Amino acid sequence: MKLPWLLWAPLAVTACIGGLAAYGLVVPKDEQVRSAMIGQKLPEFALPPATQGVLPLSNTDMGDGKPRLLNIFASWCIPCKAEAPHLEALKAAGVEIDGIAIRDRPEDVAAFLDEFGNPYRRIGSDSEMAVQLKLGSSGVPETYVIGADGTILFQHIGDIRAEHVPMLIEKLKSTT
Amino acid sequence: MRKFVPILLMLTAPVWAQGSGPTPAMANRQLADPSKEAEAMRLMHSLRCIQCQGQSIADSDASMAATMRAEVRQQISAGQKPEAIRAWMIKRYGEWVSFEPDFKGARLLLWLTPLILLLASLWLARGLFRRRT
Repeated sequence: MKLPWLLWAPLAVTACIGGLAAYGLVVPKDEQVRSAMIGQKLPEFALPPATQGVLPLSNTDMGDGKPRLLNIFASWCIPCKAEAPHLEALKAAGVEIDGIAIRDRPEDVAAFLDEFGNPYRRIGSDSEMAVQLKLGSSGVPETYVIGADGTILFQHIGDIRAEHVPMLIEKLKSTT
Repeated sequence: MRKFVPILLMLTAPVWAQGSGPTPAMANRQLADPSKEAEAMRLMHSLRCIQCQGQSIADSDASMAATMRAEVRQQISAGQKPEAIRAWMIKRYGEWVSFEPDFKGARLLLWLTPLILLLASLWLARGLFRRRT
């Protein structure tokens, strides 16, 4: 046999595959599905107002020369309640936030805003989650940074916590 | 009987824990044209649900899967080709959303590794065949 070391190759390959499998068991799993729409223009949509007394939301309401946050939420979503004070903090810092209420009812949205405050400039109602699909969004809550020209710049998955507030303000500032 | 009513009500309580919003009409209604429905069904079995991840959107009861089924049926009935709809989903959620990896880039390795390993092992074992003859 000229190449005895070659006989070890299959074992080495098998060990590599086994090692990969073992690594897969140990490494913490990232279950977040990120949107592939980052860096692209907002898709076209026009949503009716989510409840009485709020303004409707369409894609042309954003990207009018001012960067904004687009917050995807729902009255039935518990982390959305947890992030409400941080949205208020962002609003207090001069950030304009547009909202999309997912799979919601007008009376439930009204009760949610009564209880947790209304930091939104406009709130559209996406009752069939069609816009959520267009955005590549995978759940509630999610927050997008929308640039001055209507480009989707950043996606934050999950509730906004106190430590995310300065980061989001920074992202908005760095766009202009 | 009157004793059982509260018990029955308690047993059905988990129903109230379900999401309460509306479900898109096309999510659970078949298309009128059976061939189009079959086309949509084939595609729905090969798209992954974003919410429950391991299941296809045809198998999943999650609200996100319902929305995705409605989108697939709407686009199919509008005459869209299944592969174009798959591309539409991939454009929004990345390659991850498809259960059928395509035949290019790093995914070539996924398809070709078994073939490469088979050829390599045949080459390694060639001496065994030679010695017998």
